[in-house]
Amino acid sequence: MCYSGTMEDRRFAVQSAPLDAARVSRLAHGETPDGDGAVVTFVGTVRGARDGRRVVALEYEAYEPMALRAFERIAAEASAEWPAARLAIHHRVGRLTVGETSVVVASAAAHRTEAFAACRYAIERLKQMAPVWKRECFEDGSAWVEGAAVDADDEGARLEARRRSCG
Amino acid sequence: MTVRLFARLRELVGTGEMEWEVGGGSTVDDLWRDLAFRHEGLDAFGRSVTPAVNGELARRGTPLSEGDEVAFLPPVSGGAR
Repeated sequence: MCYSGTMEDRRFAVQSAPLDAARVSRLAHGETPDGDGAVVTFVGTVRGARDGRRVVALEYEAYEPMALRAFERIAAEASAEWPAARLAIHHRVGRLTVGETSVVVASAAAHRTEAFAACRYAIERLKQMAPVWKRECFEDGSAWVEGAAVDADDEGARLEARRRSCG
Repeated sequence: MTVRLFARLRELVGTGEMEWEVGGGSTVDDLWRDLAFRHEGLDAFGRSVTPAVNGELARRGTPLSEGDEVAFLPPVSGGAR
């Protein structure tokens, strides 16, 4: 299973194959004529514990076409805030063991300030509204992790992501 | 018309994809109520579920047509930190 945006734009993807952070970083950096001065790459990995319980694996599930649209929307929102920033977002689905990479968000910009801010904004927004679910598997059972209802138009959530991205 | 279900909803219903016969004037809410009637446990989920029609967020009153893909999205997993 591998879904991505248009053929020429591989910046956004949902895939079951392992993620390649360096590749996502290159996709964000692209071939801008002026040459970006900064690339910030966030790599989310599977944490080995939750509330003192040992996690053995996470199972990720996505509504792929809608997740891709969410990634594109996040990139558009980030471009509106930081016009020089260009994002690439790849998310993995399926069963991942502790330490494996579940998501990569890369942000390229002329300067590090915008690159850091856009990257942080993108991962916060992704967590808020991308239709991606995970089930935590413990040694003695498992549970879906459920946070907020999906609402891409929740302006309060968007502003919270904006606030976090600026420290 | 195709119905897509995810995560805990998928498990409650026992499938992630099913066909639904859309009647004249049917809305997302009609579909949801039909599902909830036939599958125990869905009702309690109601308020936290977000519907989407053809990949766009929708409302309970959104009308449905033959060929639509309706998805019911449980709360997403994003953590606050």
